[in-house]
Amino acid sequence: MKIKIMISEQDVKHIAKLARLGLTQNEIRKFQKELSSILNYIEKLKEVDISKAEPTSHPIEVKNVMRDDEVRSTKSEVRKKIMDLAPETKEGYLKVKSILK
Amino acid sequence: MNPTELTISQAHQGLKKKEFSALELCQNFLEKIEKENEKIFAFLNIAKNSALSQAKKIDEMISEKRELPILAGIPLAVKDVILVEGIKCTAGSKILENYIAPYDATVIRKLKEQNAVILGKTNMDEFAMGSSTENSAFAPTRNPRDLSRVPGGSSGGSAAAVAANLCGYALGTDTGGSIRQPASFCGVVGLKPTYGAVSRYGLIAFASSLDQIGPITKTVEDAKIVFEAISGKDEMDSTSVESNVKCQMSNVKTLRIGVPKEYFIKGIDAEVEKLIKGAIKKYEEMGAKIEEISLPHTEYALPCYYIIAPSEASANLARYDGIKYGYSNVKCQMSNVKSLLDVYSGSREEGFGPEVRRRIMLGTYVLSAGYYEAYYLRAQKVRTLIREDFKKAFEKVDAVFTPVSPTPAFKLGEKIDDPLTMYLSDIFTIAVNLAGLPAISLPCGKVGKLPVGLQIIGKPFEEEKILAIGKILEKV
Repeated sequence: MKIKIMISEQDVKHIAKLARLGLTQNEIRKFQKELSSILNYIEKLKEVDISKAEPTSHPIEVKNVMRDDEVRSTKSEVRKKIMDLAPETKEGYLKVKSILK
Repeated sequence: MNPTELTISQAHQGLKKKEFSALELCQNFLEKIEKENEKIFAFLNIAKNSALSQAKKIDEMISEKRELPILAGIPLAVKDVILVEGIKCTAGSKILENYIAPYDATVIRKLKEQNAVILGKTNMDEFAMGSSTENSAFAPTRNPRDLSRVPGGSSGGSAAAVAANLCGYALGTDTGGSIRQPASFCGVVGLKPTYGAVSRYGLIAFASSLDQIGPITKTVEDAKIVFEAISGKDEMDSTSVESNVKCQMSNVKTLRIGVPKEYFIKGIDAEVEKLIKGAIKKYEEMGAKIEEISLPHTEYALPCYYIIAPSEASANLARYDGIKYGYSNVKCQMSNVKSLLDVYSGSREEGFGPEVRRRIMLGTYVLSAGYYEAYYLRAQKVRTLIREDFKKAFEKVDAVFTPVSPTPAFKLGEKIDDPLTMYLSDIFTIAVNLAGLPAISLPCGKVGKLPVGLQIIGKPFEEEKILAIGKILEKV
């Protein structure tokens, strides 16, 4: 492999923050090593001539599927089932911690 | 013969002829699960009561002489990433350990309309990320052909359950080989349908442009029966399509089989190669025309996949935030949760296992500012080239034959500490997902007691044809 990518501890912390994923100190070092080795492997794609290729986002060509912009009512028992899955609710709403001090 | 060993149509005939009742059939499977699940750990959750009461309903149908759909009363196992209303659905993860599915996936609705009997939910790599089922947050599944070995993954529980006759058939999912590789390792049949052939509604998403649900069965005929029952357009999944491809399997003598030279390279086990070539030879002897073909971008499929799949996964798994459902640290008394950010990062830290975190990190990295073009966009373009390789090949041949995996089932623990080596066990299955094609894994022999699978890849929506081609080998 030509280029040796080594991502820094700072990079790992930055990515973890973007991913909203808490990491332990040990894991930060582990990911530094593992992600670097995977990224080096992925570098292989640089060998490919992609100058004439269009990107594929879906393997089978499909057209956008539209429907009328109407509210579809949900049965109250379905709503209850879904709300019951939430760890904290208040007056029929999901409860979250404050985001403003 | 024990009724747990019967194929779907044999069991269907048995029910119709009253050789056994649906209740007896169901009890036979439940007893076998009770005895053997402890050592194989194919099932995470057994739905005993609902299965038994459903079986009794089928017996009423039979005694009333009502018409019996082919799947009625045939007990199945469902990979624990597909929602069955009222039953826990964990995706093999701690983060969904107590999640009760609030609705049925479309495939489950369709099977229930046929009066299917659901035995329970099967073990898997967490969020379907893995190739050995060792990434399950609960415990690894063992290969029923050799308990010291893995069943493959990520649908390892489903494949092991079918191989050990713990169910009549099973549903799995395949994002990079997760139906075909475990089917190969366990010596059963696995079909990964064309992207869009089966609705993904109610499937917990891993990589949405690659995921497909498909059957794992004892025979090719069974795979066809189940595929026909679950496929079709669904308004709840806008990527699903109604196929109108009419594909007839003509005579084996007019069959043109492509064998890509890039799939027989160093790294492939010599015994596996011999079995695959032996299977191809059998078709040749029956009159099929064998052609060496080239799929020049094959070696780029794996790196391409390890950009696209983690990218889509990092976006899909953002929904596990400790707020709407699943594990949340707000209820944990000991923790020091002050802000919303603490809830997000703490719940995800405690809820996700190592492989899932690795892929979220990788996906987030390649999508992050400044890297998008170098990684994701480049991978999407390489994906086009991989699709075009197949398109060109299919101008000359009806089907492409390859090994499913470079080796037979490996030992538990053998690859778990080295993610890259583990990723390489999917090297022959991944291009099919990138190109959206249908493919089956079919047993074609054994290395010692370890089964080896032949992969038959077809054109989009030609499931019927590759199944018919596979059936020829089964009969030899």
